[in-house]
Amino acid sequence: MFPDRPITPSTLSVKDLPWQIAWSKDKCTLCGRCTAVCPVHAIELGVFRKRVLNTSLDIAAPPSNAHHVYHGIRQKTDPAYACIGCAMCNLVCPNDAIMPMRADESDKLRYHINRGGSPRSRGGRRNVPGGLLDQIKFIRISMLTDPALDAGRHEFELRTLLGRVLPPEENIRFYKENGWMPPVREIYPLLIGGMSFGALSPNMWEGLQMGVAYLNEELGMPVRICTGEGGCPPRLLRSRFLKYTILQIASGYFGWDEIIHALPEMQEDPCAIEIKYGQGAKPGDGGLLMWHKVNNLIAAIRGVPAGVSLPSPPTHQTQYSIEESVAKMIQSMSMAWGFRVPVYPKISGTSTAMAVLNNLTRNPYAAGLAIDGEDGGTGAAYNVSMNHMGHPIATNIRDAYQTLVKVGKQNEIPLFAGGGVGKNGNLAANAAALIMLGASGVQVGKYIMQAAAGCLGSETDRCNICNIGLCPKGITSQDPRLYRRLDVDKVAERVVDAFLAFDTELKKIVAPLGRSTTLPIGMADALGISDYHASERLNIKYVV
Amino acid sequence: MCRLFAITSKTPLSPMVAIEAMDVMREGHDGSGVGIFLRDLAGPFEDLKDAPILSGIFTEAGIKRLDRHMMDLGFMTKYKISIKVPKVALPGTPRRDVYLIRAYEYPEGWDALPQQEIYDRLVRIRLQLRAMGEEQEDMIVFSFWPDVIMIKEIGDPMKVARHLNLDRKELHARVIMAQGRQNTNYAINLYACHPFFIQGYATMTNGENTAFVPIREYLLSRGMLGYTGYQSDSEVFTHILHYTVQHLGLGLDTYKHVITPLQDDMLEAHPNGRFLKQLKHSCRPLTTDGPNCVIGCLPDHTLFMVQDRKKLRPGVVGGKPGCWAFSSEICGLDAAIPNRDKSKDFQPMHLDTTMVGPDRQEIATCSQTDPLRLPR
Repeated sequence: MFPDRPITPSTLSVKDLPWQIAWSKDKCTLCGRCTAVCPVHAIELGVFRKRVLNTSLDIAAPPSNAHHVYHGIRQKTDPAYACIGCAMCNLVCPNDAIMPMRADESDKLRYHINRGGSPRSRGGRRNVPGGLLDQIKFIRISMLTDPALDAGRHEFELRTLLGRVLPPEENIRFYKENGWMPPVREIYPLLIGGMSFGALSPNMWEGLQMGVAYLNEELGMPVRICTGEGGCPPRLLRSRFLKYTILQIASGYFGWDEIIHALPEMQEDPCAIEIKYGQGAKPGDGGLLMWHKVNNLIAAIRGVPAGVSLPSPPTHQTQYSIEESVAKMIQSMSMAWGFRVPVYPKISGTSTAMAVLNNLTRNPYAAGLAIDGEDGGTGAAYNVSMNHMGHPIATNIRDAYQTLVKVGKQNEIPLFAGGGVGKNGNLAANAAALIMLGASGVQVGKYIMQAAAGCLGSETDRCNICNIGLCPKGITSQDPRLYRRLDVDKVAERVVDAFLAFDTELKKIVAPLGRSTTLPIGMADALGISDYHASERLNIKYVV
Repeated sequence: MCRLFAITSKTPLSPMVAIEAMDVMREGHDGSGVGIFLRDLAGPFEDLKDAPILSGIFTEAGIKRLDRHMMDLGFMTKYKISIKVPKVALPGTPRRDVYLIRAYEYPEGWDALPQQEIYDRLVRIRLQLRAMGEEQEDMIVFSFWPDVIMIKEIGDPMKVARHLNLDRKELHARVIMAQGRQNTNYAINLYACHPFFIQGYATMTNGENTAFVPIREYLLSRGMLGYTGYQSDSEVFTHILHYTVQHLGLGLDTYKHVITPLQDDMLEAHPNGRFLKQLKHSCRPLTTDGPNCVIGCLPDHTLFMVQDRKKLRPGVVGGKPGCWAFSSEICGLDAAIPNRDKSKDFQPMHLDTTMVGPDRQEIATCSQTDPLRLPR
């Protein structure tokens, strides 16, 4: 920029950006791979003019200068093209000549990514690293009074129940009278939470489904996966693998035309139906699939025109009260499958969750409650919703469990916790903590994207462009040029790896507590934390 | 570890039989406490089978409060055993004023009440007395039930028994259960001492139930009369037994299916698999996580032993027609019934429920894989 050139308010320097490209002229081969791979075109070929002064030691000889030209990488400073830190340039560089570096101070870009009056939207999680779940320790170790178990050799039954469980008295009575028993599924306590076909690329979706099928059919682990709101591919609806799938219905009802029409041809019932009322990442906000990702395939499955943004309304618009919203919808969905499929709502973590829960306790068809905390991930949402809206999962799930204990229904309505489980990689520890706080199982999405497909997103705002269909790993893109980067079989393999590793770690947690015959749901006496107020709030031990 | 011993005999026996067996097994317990449960009583109580007997420990002031309270309720003392406490205190055992064993006559008007109502009222009175005692620390109440005596104290079982002179005719009984060791995992408290008793059901446990807290929460939230206390993780076994048999109306053979259900493949092969799967789901919070060996007694005087799935606690049953004993260790059995056919001794494994019925003729064993005797 020349000194006399006018600057606009949004004129930024490289220094003002959150990520700065460090490039080495010495190492660069000028192959151009980095500029080709950059999903946001943050870098381009730069032609640099450089003046070299030649001064002689001979005083008589006049100094001369020469102008040279060299080629390299130039980082764009236009906010629309700001580097996202994904480091794909580094991944493809044959000589490691290039890498994004995080700015040493808070960036100035954040004040300018609302051009046209449109606030920033993105994918990923709340941009706050760390979390309470990682602070929880398992402190009740079996020592001498009862032997700790051998996690590697002992038999463990780490299953959970999804479905309305009748109290023993009623169960026995209904059994004797041949009455209707609510459907109950025995499943693995770690579920893959709702990530829609559309939010995820076809390769990612297929890889997840294949991994889940392998876990079930080859390894005997009853792992379940939720479709998210986006329908379900027709062939899956008509296959035996549907029983491993939880179909989600949300306020946009996307894909449900296809599902309803497939009903007569279904060979198996789905595992369950999840009615999504809210999502932890963007509570009170509807789903959002931005137009970039709505290609013909997605449009066909969802039953919408291609190339338009698909926002789901924040609420189910045909309903106006909790009774309608929950009771009638649960009943309708139950009826669609002849009352053979558990139907449960999923809500975002909120201080009003107990009102929903209390309503469910009085509804004999409610099969559970999934609560998604503030650290949950999303494919697209406004930055403000992600960063500032929502309720932490730990207290919400604890309150919900203790509410159920008060009315004696802790075994009747299973609670499922989600939102930031494994946010810092500690999947089993976070899951076990939530289970001992009272969850019957946990849902994960983002962790699976990271572990099974190498998602680069982070809570320090790296990448996080799931919303615009340019995912550099091909996980959340609908562009074949991008998603072909993702090998379906390898995704499936990584899903299996992640679940097997989780299983071993979970055993490594429950075995020293002396637990093996049932999942330690609500075993809060095993938990401790060094934060006094958190211990009081969660009703667990304060340990220092 | 705790050590357990239970005996059922046609001829009434002195509690010392159990205490001696406990003493033989003393390497297995730390001598920190003893609990004794006597039922099918002989001696003076032979003719008082229907009279509720109050067992507990009282201070002088406590006795006075008790008398006033019972009189107000209309109970008249029919018979009492006074255990005179020696002047020289036993080291390690708190000094007590009175160990009370007192049979009452029901108040007027109770005759017309249905049996269950009487039983519920007895529990309510016991809970009332316990609450009164906890308020002023002057009463500890173990049981208030016809044909049942319970004595619990801190200290070495043999020393405590001699100190209290338990070898007396009035205490002879046909069913005796004894447990040696105080609660080690929670606070030392006589209410944490086994055996535990509720409405005719008694159990004692060797082991630790790591699923205690969620089970306690579940039992407390049942809103059932008497499901309180839980100073020990073993008390839940008694209440689960009561819940299974008394409340749900299931047989003793289902008790083990509640506390340690079968796993999937075995459930599928079970003739009552469908029912058991439902039971497993609906009673999921009652699944214990041992290691535990449970010895218990039903209202009809059946004695039984079950092991949990891990089968990490010792337990053996043996004897001869008319006299059978359940013991943590074989040496305890040898001490109590030396002249038995030892080849018939039975050590229940992880699927077994071993019972000796009120006729005391034989050991009956049922495996969890057997068809259920469902009351239908």
